[in-house]
Amino acid sequence: MNLFKFSSPQTFYPLAGRLAPLFWGLAAVLGAVGLYIGFFVAPTDFQQGDSYRIIFIHVPAAWMSMFLYLVMAVWAAVGLVLNTRLSSMMATALAPTGALMTFIALWTGSLWGRPTWGTWWVWDARLTSELILLFLYIGFMALHASIDEPRRADKAAAILAIVGVVNVPIIYFSVKWWNTLHQGSSVSLTKSPSMAATMLAGMLVMALAFWMYSIAAGLTRVRSIILERERNSAWAGAMQEN
Amino acid sequence: MQWGSLENFLNMGGYAKFVWGSFVVTAVLLAGEVVLLRRRHRAALADARRHARLGRDA
Repeated sequence: MNLFKFSSPQTFYPLAGRLAPLFWGLAAVLGAVGLYIGFFVAPTDFQQGDSYRIIFIHVPAAWMSMFLYLVMAVWAAVGLVLNTRLSSMMATALAPTGALMTFIALWTGSLWGRPTWGTWWVWDARLTSELILLFLYIGFMALHASIDEPRRADKAAAILAIVGVVNVPIIYFSVKWWNTLHQGSSVSLTKSPSMAATMLAGMLVMALAFWMYSIAAGLTRVRSIILERERNSAWAGAMQEN
Repeated sequence: MQWGSLENFLNMGGYAKFVWGSFVVTAVLLAGEVVLLRRRHRAALADARRHARLGRDA
């Protein structure tokens, strides 16, 4: 099978259409399981009480906000270097979902910070760099929308996305590099997690659900973008399904 | 069942405002994105069909 044939918008469109419902379904099932574990299996925390349950969306959303940015920047870079239209469309399709994940991470973080730190917001390195991430997503979308010619918009936005990548390791390592109010990571690959097994399980299942959601949203949005950009071609007009 | 009653569950050990403020807003935002995605796709399909008709007539 030649995978490169899916690099054309016309052949990727039906493939994405077949894959999207699968990922929507997985997101719903994993989300339900994750919420069940988070609210009915995981115990109350002995220090934070039930406020800690915010972790079940805060951490997955924060992870996705950074990961989606990296994926978006890679697609944008591929589109810039190889001049492949579909890659740039993928980058454009991920930006709104990435911005949404960033907003959710900030919003839930604020609601978690109030009872645990006594403040909704503090200009520490973690929070500030995550806010900059939100501005990078918004800047990417605004810049893309401001240029009429799609390929020129792709290229300009790609530069912005690539430059902004430097912010992602800053977010990730901010809690190590600076003295932040935000705590260090509870989960890492090198040491055993500093939380109860059921709490960890709930968080990881929710993280998977957010992954599936993001993939589903990206695939669904890229299909719309393909149609919008290819509307003058015969195949796009012949689309009969929804 | 650790909560005992629906009231206890909704109360979230006194943190209801923060916990539900997080979960409900997230649910609304994600549902909102799904609605927007659907709307955009329907509009894109209609637009592509219209362009195809215009192309044939021309």
